[in-house]
Amino acid sequence: MLVVLAPLVAAPAIVLIGRARAAWHLALAAVVASFAAACAIAWKVSREGAIDYALGGWEAPWGIAYHVDFLGALVLLTVTGIAVAVVTYARPSVEREIPESRRYYFYGCLMLCLAGLLGMTITGDVFNLFVFLEISSLSSYALIGMGRDRRALNAAFQYLVMGTIGASFILIGIGFMYMMTGTLNMADLAVRLPEVADTRTIRAGFAFLTVGIGLKVALFPLHLWLPNVYAYAPSVVSAFLGATATKVAVYALLRIMLGIFGVEFSLGEMPLHALLVGLGSLGVVSASLVAVFERNVKRMLAYSSVAQVGYMVLGIGLANTDGVTASILHIFNHALMKGALFLALGAVMYRIGSVHIRDLAGLGRRMPLTAAAILVAGLSLIGVPGTVGFVSKWYLVLGALESGLWPLAALVLFGSILALIYIWRLVEVVWFERPAADAPAIDEAPLQMLAPILVLAFANLYFGINTDLTAGLAQRAAEALLEVNR
Amino acid sequence: MYDYLVSVFLMMGALYVVIAHGNLVKKVIGLGMFSTAVFILYITIGKVEGGTAPILEEGVTVYSNPLPHVLILTAIVVGVATTAVGLSLAVRIKAAYGTVEEDEITEMNLQAEEAGQDGTEDES
Repeated sequence: MLVVLAPLVAAPAIVLIGRARAAWHLALAAVVASFAAACAIAWKVSREGAIDYALGGWEAPWGIAYHVDFLGALVLLTVTGIAVAVVTYARPSVEREIPESRRYYFYGCLMLCLAGLLGMTITGDVFNLFVFLEISSLSSYALIGMGRDRRALNAAFQYLVMGTIGASFILIGIGFMYMMTGTLNMADLAVRLPEVADTRTIRAGFAFLTVGIGLKVALFPLHLWLPNVYAYAPSVVSAFLGATATKVAVYALLRIMLGIFGVEFSLGEMPLHALLVGLGSLGVVSASLVAVFERNVKRMLAYSSVAQVGYMVLGIGLANTDGVTASILHIFNHALMKGALFLALGAVMYRIGSVHIRDLAGLGRRMPLTAAAILVAGLSLIGVPGTVGFVSKWYLVLGALESGLWPLAALVLFGSILALIYIWRLVEVVWFERPAADAPAIDEAPLQMLAPILVLAFANLYFGINTDLTAGLAQRAAEALLEVNR
Repeated sequence: MYDYLVSVFLMMGALYVVIAHGNLVKKVIGLGMFSTAVFILYITIGKVEGGTAPILEEGVTVYSNPLPHVLILTAIVVGVATTAVGLSLAVRIKAAYGTVEEDEITEMNLQAEEAGQDGTEDES
């Protein structure tokens, strides 16, 4: 299971080496190895079905098992792919934003965070999930705290408080499940839970898990930590967390709610259906509205992330194949668009030193390629046909109509209109306004930063037109999730 | 079992401390209490009525379940790490803002916001 091992081993090695340049090379090698392993796993899963791996030769349910199915393979590919792009891009940006003495710690933490997220994706054991969750969270608190503004520290602290409470809630939920079933293995839990599902203990555990993961997902009323974190963290960290962290949490939600508790319990017996749909729609509308009035572009995108998470949760709440497909697809697609946008903003930050909307005037003339990437990813965020954003929204609308909830379909369209407004504000400033007369002359971002941005922007178009690979995989994953427990 | 009551009491108390106190260090203490409450909950789960410590010994057939203990060992490590990160963040906040009171920090952030800064200036 090289996927997790590569970054996990690289992290202490980087800190031991203690030199920024060597650290970057090592980090790059680790993410590339991890990405290659993820590709191999995805290939194997698509041919032979789900893979199980018993750690240390201890068979499940005694030992800790790793379990990768279609869904896990897709998330693995997404996270490692984004990691490769982010680490390639990181060097110039980090040299600008992080003091030399802390740079190798930065790469070390980044690797730990990646290892945690990947571990969450492939583990088949709920307690292991908690441990990996904490690995990724703790390192992300440290990463966020390295932002240049002192408000980054405050944001990191707020995130630490809320994140720790969320993780403790998850731990309590796991404890309740263990109390009733005596097992921690996910597959085993799925078998044994139905017998005891009708007890107050399991219901309480379910509630704790929902709230805990909801905090990590940044589900609407629990999203307060997110905007400041994304706004003040170093550009590389914003891009990495924005593209992966909440997505992996959504994946954990899928795994636990649908995979372990099962559709009938989660969405039938418990009112999770109404909760997810209601909060998801509230999140879409309110976060989009805030984004419309936000002047700091990074924070605007952060609020837009809350809205996008709303779409994903909405899809899960619909609980039909199209809805869940939309959620899974949106995990992948949103990683592409937000990755591209945050990386592009990082390049802007690198050249201009600001992401305030008034400083971006006339960017289209000065950094045409970066601005083009912003345009493409922005269109994708709105959901214009031909981009990835359209595909997942299409499935979401289909899912809503299938459930006979046409107001929801209308809501998705309304959310897209709001997205159109805030993206248009950005595009207008970037492409149609003249730069301020006293603006310093600047060049395009260095190639090392530009290449990952353009690759991600291109991927936005490619997977928007050629949907077989992602939509096919997502649909099979959704069917598997919904079928298993019928 | 009184342990459950103790655990729930600690949990609620800790949550209150985290929410009600504006002092960041006190918030970290609250978080520590909160995770301790969860530890107690887990240890209580592991207790088997009439069982002894899970060490192989002659004449004993009923043991407490050792698995929750092992799990909680991991969780304790996580808790220590969380406290360490939280406290070091508090130290750096104190260095950057000159205070660890949340309302004063919020005040300063608001002023920075009104001055039109957008989070790109250096700390110093």
